[in-house]
Amino acid sequence: MDMIKITIDGKVFEVEKGITVLEAARKNGIRIPTLCHMNLSGLRFVNKPASCRVCVVEIEGRRNLAPACATDVMDGMVIKTHSIRVLNARRTIIELLLSDHPKDCLVCMKSGNCELQDIAHEFGVREVRYDENCAMSTYRKDKSPSIIRDMDKCIMCRRCETMCNEIQTVGALSAVNRGFNSVVAPAFEQNLVDSACTFCGQCLAVCPVGALTEVDHTWNVIQAINDPKKVVLVQTAPAVRVALGEEFDMEPGTIVTGKMAAALRRLGFDYVFDTDFAADLTIMEEGSELLDRLQRFLGGDKTVKLPILTSCCPAWVNFFEYNFPDMLDVPSTARSPQQMFGPIAKTYFLEKLREKPEYKDLKREDMVVVSIMPCVAKKYECSRPELSYEGNPDVDYSLSTRELAAFIKRMNIDFNSLPEEDFDRPLGESTGAAVIFGASGGVIEAAVRTAYELLTKQQCPSVDFKQIRGLEGMREAIVPLPEGMPLKEIKIGIANGLANARKLLEAVQRGECDYQAIEVMACPGGCIGGAGQPYHHGDSSIIKKRQEAIYREDAGKPIRKSHENPYIQKLYEEFLIKPLGEKSHHLLHTHYFKKREKYEEVDD
Amino acid sequence: MAKATIKINRQYLKEIKEVCESFNYEKGQLINVLKKTQEKIGYLPAEVQMVIAEELKVPVAKVYGVVSFYSFFTMVPKGKYPISICLGTACYVRGAEGILQEVERQLGINPGETTPDGLFSLDCLRCIGACGLAPVIMIGEKVYPRVTPNKVKEILDEYRK
Ligand code: SF4
Ligand code: SF4
Ligand code: SF4
Ligand code: FES
Repeated sequence: MDMIKITIDGKVFEVEKGITVLEAARKNGIRIPTLCHMNLSGLRFVNKPASCRVCVVEIEGRRNLAPACATDVMDGMVIKTHSIRVLNARRTIIELLLSDHPKDCLVCMKSGNCELQDIAHEFGVREVRYDENCAMSTYRKDKSPSIIRDMDKCIMCRRCETMCNEIQTVGALSAVNRGFNSVVAPAFEQNLVDSACTFCGQCLAVCPVGALTEVDHTWNVIQAINDPKKVVLVQTAPAVRVALGEEFDMEPGTIVTGKMAAALRRLGFDYVFDTDFAADLTIMEEGSELLDRLQRFLGGDKTVKLPILTSCCPAWVNFFEYNFPDMLDVPSTARSPQQMFGPIAKTYFLEKLREKPEYKDLKREDMVVVSIMPCVAKKYECSRPELSYEGNPDVDYSLSTRELAAFIKRMNIDFNSLPEEDFDRPLGESTGAAVIFGASGGVIEAAVRTAYELLTKQQCPSVDFKQIRGLEGMREAIVPLPEGMPLKEIKIGIANGLANARKLLEAVQRGECDYQAIEVMACPGGCIGGAGQPYHHGDSSIIKKRQEAIYREDAGKPIRKSHENPYIQKLYEEFLIKPLGEKSHHLLHTHYFKKREKYEEVDD
Repeated sequence: MAKATIKINRQYLKEIKEVCESFNYEKGQLINVLKKTQEKIGYLPAEVQMVIAEELKVPVAKVYGVVSFYSFFTMVPKGKYPISICLGTACYVRGAEGILQEVERQLGINPGETTPDGLFSLDCLRCIGACGLAPVIMIGEKVYPRVTPNKVKEILDEYRK
């Protein structure tokens, strides 16, 4: 590696050639503020439009100040990051940004997490001198079931556009118009619901300000909890327990499963259950579907669709419905775990409750199912009409990890001092296979643990299929099967981030794919990197730590294969009878819709 | 996510396909495809942008991003008599702004728009190279030299008959 010498703020440093002034400074403990710039190297996301100019520095011998994020270091370069010239320029830049920005920080959802607020505050801006002269943009708010766009607050960093177009290849968002009217918007400034948006929410996960936020349902949940007629159940997704602690100043990767269960109980939920239970159920159904397709394929059936595609991620479902409308028979029909939990709660568990005298007349409508998700696409999923029964949704409200943290604080609960508690039974028991749903590759690893045993009628040599794990966007893994099986091995494809999913699907379309199964998660890294998780503010090492925590939690579980969950076994015995059976078909499987047709020719 | 069904006029579709074909369906040629299509069809309504997006395999948001950025693209059909007002330096210093305001007032439309009866549309231009005649406006191909605000009504009335 070529090293060069540079001077920053009077100190000499030896740095690698080819890096930017910003990188050189950060490596040496000098924090130059940035706003538009974001580099999530671990997750393949880089946004460097160099448009906000907050990061300007003075470079000796250059007439103009230079943006640190877009200037490469050169041998002998002398850089000043806080000379009076830099400070004056930076102040003007921040004030200009603020002049065209609403001042309602106190009631903004992003308050406390806003990068513009942080910069203004750290810089000590106490007045905005340009207020009078600057026009204030006035855009309508666009509210979808998952996401609110408040473009008055947009600072045009275009991180969302990079995310939506490059990492997700959805292309719902683009910069439109010019000058003061420019915003990032869907085509024709339509609402998001009318666009190609999948509601993955990754745009809002990187938005530095309050221009993109999630729809908050906390108040609806508080009302349900306080309604004496209602029985309120909560389920928590696997990825929440390894991230929630961050909102309470714990180290990323801290596992807070027990404290979370305790907090939920104190919030007043009548039953504290676990989406992980439903994840085990998903494996029973999806794993059986994989097995069924494999057996039919080996039996010579040419109509079988292989590879099977996972269907646990609702943003991914939205994506294939819109972008691959001719392949709707390829994905598994299994619902996401959130949507498996709902109908089981509102049938099987409802019947159980009715056995108690106090609940003997309990109606479905008086049962409220709340989910805690790392995800904002789950909010949209709750609103899908086919995931309801006679107008009553299977899952009533979905809150994000962030909303749960805020809810806990609002209810005066000191999270850090809570004891560790356990989930309620029966819908709170789960295995290690369910926990790993939270990380990219986890669903398919869990499916393999079960399918392997069902297919070979032998125990897996080890439950740790390490070749499946990782954060890379596109991976491939081979699971060898024992001698004497009609199939030598199971070949698996894994994608996280929708651009990678698109690549895999196109390969499937061209018939170039010899995988038997493909797992797709819309969010980079899987649900641990979901858009409802605590903000990572550009630090992708946080996602890595959550991933490690997921596998630690799995390893610590006494049971690590879904089909061995005793409560799942009981559910089949007492109620569902068998995977892919009649009841499962109605309650646990779904169908997909063509979201896009090719154009139609008309005469006028 | 709504289900999008695009209805497109047969003739327009033919034109769009020819244009895309002539640029080899290259994504990088988006601006030129849009320009050519506008020349042929006269404007770029939403469904035309959607079809171009589909043909070139680019997101329709990107297509709209380009159309909304450049002032020479229009999503509304031009009027029967397109009016162009020169705002080049020479015209500007000799009062083009006042003329623009008067035309706006008379027609009740802003630049980029078309009157509801489809008779006039209004656009602003940067210098049309007739500085000696400043300030000028054009209606169709016809150039009106040394216009003043109080001449505007008279000029427009010629076309209203
Ligand atoms: S939610 Fe996802 S698909 Fe929708 S606009 Fe944001 S990044 Fe694009
Ligand atoms: S919406 Fe947010 S992420 Fe997108 S350009 Fe505006 S400020 Fe940046
Ligand atoms: S990857 Fe997980 S968090 Fe992201 S959209 Fe899919 S289900 Fe939601
Ligand atoms: S952070 Fe460098 S220009 Fe915005």
